[in-house]
Amino acid sequence: MTATFVGMPPFPTAARAALEDTQLRHNLAHATGTIRDKRARVVAEVEDWEDLRTAGAAIKDATLANLEQHLVQLEARLLEQGAVVHWARDAAEANRIVAGIAKSHAVDEVVKVKSMVTQEIGLNEALALEGIAAWETDLAELIVQLGDDLPSHILVPAIHRNRAEIRQIFLERMAAAGRPAPTDLTDDPAELASTARLHLREKFLRARMAVSGANFAVAETGTLVVVESEGNGRMCLTLPEVLVSVVGIEKVVPTFADLDVFLRLLPRSSTGERMNPYTSTWTGVTPGDGPQEVHVVLLDNGRTRALADEVGRQALRCIRCSACLNVCPVYERVGGHAYGSVYPGPIGAILNPLMHGVGEDAQTDSLPYASSLCGACYEVCPVKIDIPSVLVDLRAQVVDAHRGGVPPVTHLAEAVAMKGVAATFGSSRRLGFAERLVRLGTGVAQRLPVATPWTNARDVPKGPPESFRAWWKRTDGGRR
Amino acid sequence: MRVALQVTCINDALFPDTGKAMVTLLRRLGVDVEFPAGQTCCGQPMVNTGYLDEAVPALRSFVDAFGGYDAIVTPSGSCAGSARHQHQIVARRSGDAGLVAAVEKTAPRVFELTEFLVDQLGVTDVGASFPHAVTYHPTCHSLRMLGVGDRPRMLLEQVRGLRLVDLPAAEECCGFGGTFAMKNADTSIAMGSDKARHVRETGAEILVAGDNSCLMHIGGLLSRQRSGVRTMHLAEILASTEAAPPTVAPLSVEPVETRGLAL
Amino acid sequence: MTARDEILARVREATTAAASGAYDRPAHVRTPGSVDLFVERVEDYQAVVERCSAASLSDRVQAAVEGCSVVVPPGLGVEVPDAVVDAGLSALELDQVDAVVTEATVGIAETGTIVLDHGPGQGRRAITLVPDRHVCIVRADQVVADVPDAVALLDPHRPLTWISGPSATSDIELSRVEGVHGPRNLHVIVVED
Repeated sequence: MTATFVGMPPFPTAARAALEDTQLRHNLAHATGTIRDKRARVVAEVEDWEDLRTAGAAIKDATLANLEQHLVQLEARLLEQGAVVHWARDAAEANRIVAGIAKSHAVDEVVKVKSMVTQEIGLNEALALEGIAAWETDLAELIVQLGDDLPSHILVPAIHRNRAEIRQIFLERMAAAGRPAPTDLTDDPAELASTARLHLREKFLRARMAVSGANFAVAETGTLVVVESEGNGRMCLTLPEVLVSVVGIEKVVPTFADLDVFLRLLPRSSTGERMNPYTSTWTGVTPGDGPQEVHVVLLDNGRTRALADEVGRQALRCIRCSACLNVCPVYERVGGHAYGSVYPGPIGAILNPLMHGVGEDAQTDSLPYASSLCGACYEVCPVKIDIPSVLVDLRAQVVDAHRGGVPPVTHLAEAVAMKGVAATFGSSRRLGFAERLVRLGTGVAQRLPVATPWTNARDVPKGPPESFRAWWKRTDGGRR
Repeated sequence: MRVALQVTCINDALFPDTGKAMVTLLRRLGVDVEFPAGQTCCGQPMVNTGYLDEAVPALRSFVDAFGGYDAIVTPSGSCAGSARHQHQIVARRSGDAGLVAAVEKTAPRVFELTEFLVDQLGVTDVGASFPHAVTYHPTCHSLRMLGVGDRPRMLLEQVRGLRLVDLPAAEECCGFGGTFAMKNADTSIAMGSDKARHVRETGAEILVAGDNSCLMHIGGLLSRQRSGVRTMHLAEILASTEAAPPTVAPLSVEPVETRGLAL
Repeated sequence: MTARDEILARVREATTAAASGAYDRPAHVRTPGSVDLFVERVEDYQAVVERCSAASLSDRVQAAVEGCSVVVPPGLGVEVPDAVVDAGLSALELDQVDAVVTEATVGIAETGTIVLDHGPGQGRRAITLVPDRHVCIVRADQVVADVPDAVALLDPHRPLTWISGPSATSDIELSRVEGVHGPRNLHVIVVED
């Protein structure tokens, strides 16, 4: 079973360890570089890309503003089309529902379509406790699951692994989970993919129950949509008798016609393709075709908390394309594990604090600071989530959460310093005085053989003989 | 048109030559730029660290100092971005309607140097001369928050004698990011090292940018590596003429260990 | 309170201050799809594409499944000798079949996509999934320009499968590899008259 993120250290500590992993650095630089170029190429083909982004954002915003109405409509349509609808306040409730369905059919294994939301709720672990094996069928998820590893990317959870490592995992671990890898397996990606095909095919052909997420849920028709590449999704959505889809409440779009915007935005932003190989849509039960028992679990698990955040609610527009991860210079260097969540990268740095709340644990509170605010994420986001602005707002929430009481030790010096800075910048006279201290300070910094976070790799600027302010006053702006 | 120089706190304290270059350049272009003495800081260091209440005094100083001007020009994409995109957030949160109204007036009048030159003054040839090989790093806030586009390049291309070399992966962040450079120092340095490597790959003598904060970070790394590449603010290159070349001959950063051992 | 009522109450409370829910759908002018572009884009996915006349369709289909065991859906408009007509074959049975021949509902030129709505001539979803070779017949007049044109023609109440090339993955170092769980061979025949 996949390990879970428990007791992760705050971002800077986790990042430091990740930065020392040269294999990880190399794998990530290669993979993110590849996908960035592909995305740029196919986005450039679309003349009205900016209009599409604007439309995507507008549709999502409008939906979120009337979310109650859309959810009620979605539920009604699903019921009309023969689906069973469940509601789950949190992860535990959702897991109980899925396990209950599995037990009612006496199955001891389910096949899974790659889904972020079931990662988020720890479904595999919860099912394992009930004696039910959950088989991940997406190639990258399979690599993570077999390797007893953690996902590190939204789209490609095994992005931190290269072909040689994947070969090793297949050789060592596949036999325990089913059909073994051939002993003469090489690290050729096509051969690795075909090994996964054979390993999983026996599971697809015998599976009686599948679990999926959904990329979109159409309120007007009750249609669910899964966007994928490998065909493992189609296998899960088509062959078993019972299908359970866990769907975050923010996945709803009002009309079927709205899909055209997202089906243009998502593949180009995500895998850098004009269209992903397979998109499946289904509306309840189709007699004689596919699963004859269809369940939909509508999940909150912190989404309404994010929805209540005026600045942050735009994060719920997210369609999980992972373009923000691929362009993020921080993500490219530290990878996904340092974020301590199934949602890593820039979107994770805002989504996790928004869904969990700040001021409670140091790890979550460190995430809004895990960014240089360079804005590359905002530039590529297909639904125009202004991630830098949300990060800054969340930083303020972190600081505010620690106001009043005694700040934690890690924040104390900073909180005191910021008060001092506030006073200094309130008056140019005080600032002029402080600048003389700064000159002294940089002089001292240059002379002390002490490593600080700045000086352990960077030299310090030489303090000038006088500040600009002093020069202007002394020379009347250079006139004398 | 009354034009004020917002020199920025970091230039005021650490890089006064950039401020002097702004004065030289703007006067040469016929702008009688003033330096309102009441100015302090745009408040960005506090805002970006999450201390919004603590940014209010800086914001008051800002609107007091610059309220009467038609244009406020600054040698920093980052500070211009802060004024245009963050001041209203801080003002609204303060609940002070007067501050909100004042920011409404000042924020749209703040221009980053290249915006002011190209859009307000309508010039790209500022009569500069600088016979050196130069590479340009577009800082994130000028590039993505302000959208200055190719204005810096248009200005640099008109400088006599200057050879502009393309910087690989130019649009990638250098890793400074304000307090990010301290709070996430390891990641910041990893990003900066790659930027410094790309700078060295160009073979240029000088790295130029529109923000001294980013240059302090990249320059600090280049200096530590004894790379033989110097950093300069764009204003200093645009102010330079054959008759009056820049005075900053020595490297603007000093190695730390030698001085430390000399104690 | 039920989970449903509680979640809806939270949603209501969270959205009281949200802005109005109106938005403009982007204007879209329907244009006919270019068969040339469609063919080029399908080929980009490493699929086999050929164009033929209605008269030669039967021969082309037979050539495409030469040497294969074949399943076809009820209602297929072309005769495929020796093919089994699907009448609810199990997944295990389908796994023993080499190829499937179907028609399609719409083709999208811009993205090189074919869409099946699994009606007559297209069959249950499973038959176009389990066999390793999918031969898909698209009439030239079914090709539309872009995604919005296709969405406008599709019936959401039918199960839909959008297919863009053979199954593929980019999960190993972000490099695309064709051929995972879905049909590894996609063969599109465009019929023009």
